[in-house]
Amino acid sequence: MESMLGRYRNLTILVGVLFLQVLGLAVQVKRSADAENTRLIRVWAVRAITPFERGVVWVQNGGRNVLHDYFFLRGVRAENRQLKDQIEQMKLAQARLSEDAIQAQRLQSLLAFKEQFISKTVAAQVIGSSGSDLSRSIYIDKGENAGLKADMAVITAGGIVGKVWLVYPSTSLVLMINDQSSGVGVFLEKSRLQGVLRGTPNGELVLERVMNDEQVTPGEAILSSGGDQIFPKGLPVGTVSKVGPGREMFLSVKVTPAADLSRLEEVLVVTEKQEREAVAESGTRVRAADILARRLPSVPDKPAAVAGAPQNVSAKSQPNSANAAGQPSTGDVVKKVVPKPASGAADTKSASGSAGLTGTTTGTASGAMSEAPGSANSPAKPATAQPKPPAPQPAPQTAPPPAATEDSPH
Amino acid sequence: MPITYTSEEQIEVYRFSVPVTVGVPLLALFLQAFLPRRIPYFSYLDLPLLITIYFGMARRNPISGLLTGAAIGLVQDMLGPYPIGIYGIAKTVVGYLASSLGVKLDVENAGTRLLVTLGFYLIHAAVYFTVARGMVNLTLNWSWSRGILAGLANAVVGVALYFVLDKFKQRT
Repeated sequence: MESMLGRYRNLTILVGVLFLQVLGLAVQVKRSADAENTRLIRVWAVRAITPFERGVVWVQNGGRNVLHDYFFLRGVRAENRQLKDQIEQMKLAQARLSEDAIQAQRLQSLLAFKEQFISKTVAAQVIGSSGSDLSRSIYIDKGENAGLKADMAVITAGGIVGKVWLVYPSTSLVLMINDQSSGVGVFLEKSRLQGVLRGTPNGELVLERVMNDEQVTPGEAILSSGGDQIFPKGLPVGTVSKVGPGREMFLSVKVTPAADLSRLEEVLVVTEKQEREAVAESGTRVRAADILARRLPSVPDKPAAVAGAPQNVSAKSQPNSANAAGQPSTGDVVKKVVPKPASGAADTKSASGSAGLTGTTTGTASGAMSEAPGSANSPAKPATAQPKPPAPQPAPQTAPPPAATEDSPH
Repeated sequence: MPITYTSEEQIEVYRFSVPVTVGVPLLALFLQAFLPRRIPYFSYLDLPLLITIYFGMARRNPISGLLTGAAIGLVQDMLGPYPIGIYGIAKTVVGYLASSLGVKLDVENAGTRLLVTLGFYLIHAAVYFTVARGMVNLTLNWSWSRGILAGLANAVVGVALYFVLDKFKQRT
């Protein structure tokens, strides 16, 4: 026996070493899916490698800052002027967008949408990768000490990056969305089709579970659906780059990531999300219909005959026609009858006895469903919505359209 | 491209100083973790694998080769997101085979080194995928195009790297 072992000593040791590693793997697989049971060993390895990575990144950034802050200042004055112009333009755009946001928020609140909001993020710098060409993961320079936890979303201004996989005291390992083992719940922006985004061995992204008979066009944007409970809903994920027939009854949809995953330097970790119902401001001064009416090209003044019409008729017809003329009195009327989105209909009824106002509120909601960004699934849409008119009628001169004056935001 | 058979008596066995034995694998692991973020195509390379193959072939001692492979592979596993041991097993096998092959073949020739490295890259990938899919149940897919391309890239870089590392060899 001893001679046998001596003769096959190398092979015996090989089998022994392999057996030990297989045993270790089996223990890890059996205990849990996460890496908590090997945490200590991983911490040692990470602590041995990451200080060098931090050092190199620090030197690299320091050198770059010296160059940029002291030597590359030519043209700064012109750039400053250009940026100021840009700020002015952005202020204008912001004013317009804030109106839209208020409108969308208020309309969503009517439907009691529950949405996740990113309330707190931590900026982190990418310092390295996993050291494996078969996994797509990166190390960032923030960890437990900065409040990071596993399964937190990692994003950039461009789009989503991945999720925090393993957390160490001062570093974290982030599993990127193009890793083969990752999956993100997404939906297509235009068609609202839902699917699962996965990585490929080449580091590309593919959208799975989209049926063959669906229409997917290259260039269409893909957003996170929030179904994975990691990424908040509505974050940009990428765009469809190629569509072809896939396995069985599904399409093969290739996706270009919104964030440049191969050249990440800084990322944001979403450390706090708030799931809340979108609530309209109590003192909302601008109504959606007012904003939209203001944008209409030309609206004639309200005819005198309509002014003397019965109250219930004017209440139905005024939101569009009077607001379009820019008269504040109409806003007052509607403010009075729709003080709160939730109880607006009831209050309206009790105040004026007009049954038509309930339809007004509902009509607004249905309009919102078709317009609200991120409202992928709109289950309430067909249930309560009034039939939408074929096109907006800016000037309801004599016979007011049926309760849909706020129904058609566009 | 001569591949000559040699008897064990004719084989030169090399050894390395302690700083090289410890420092070179650590440097390879560090570069493997650091450079792919700066040079995206660097992710095709597997420097720890090249070091495993080189030390295995130069020392020509199967036990030393498999232990070197196991150590390098396990550290590589610790830095990655998957369970520890997948790279460890793959590199243990490669280290053992490289050192066993070093006993039987003349692996000083550039052409031989190129072919051997390409072969070991594929063996390493085969073992890795077998363990990852069979034992750990990871949903990894093998891509032939990427595999061959990465194998060739590793082989070319490996040949150059081996000539640099030859400077640190010490005859026993």
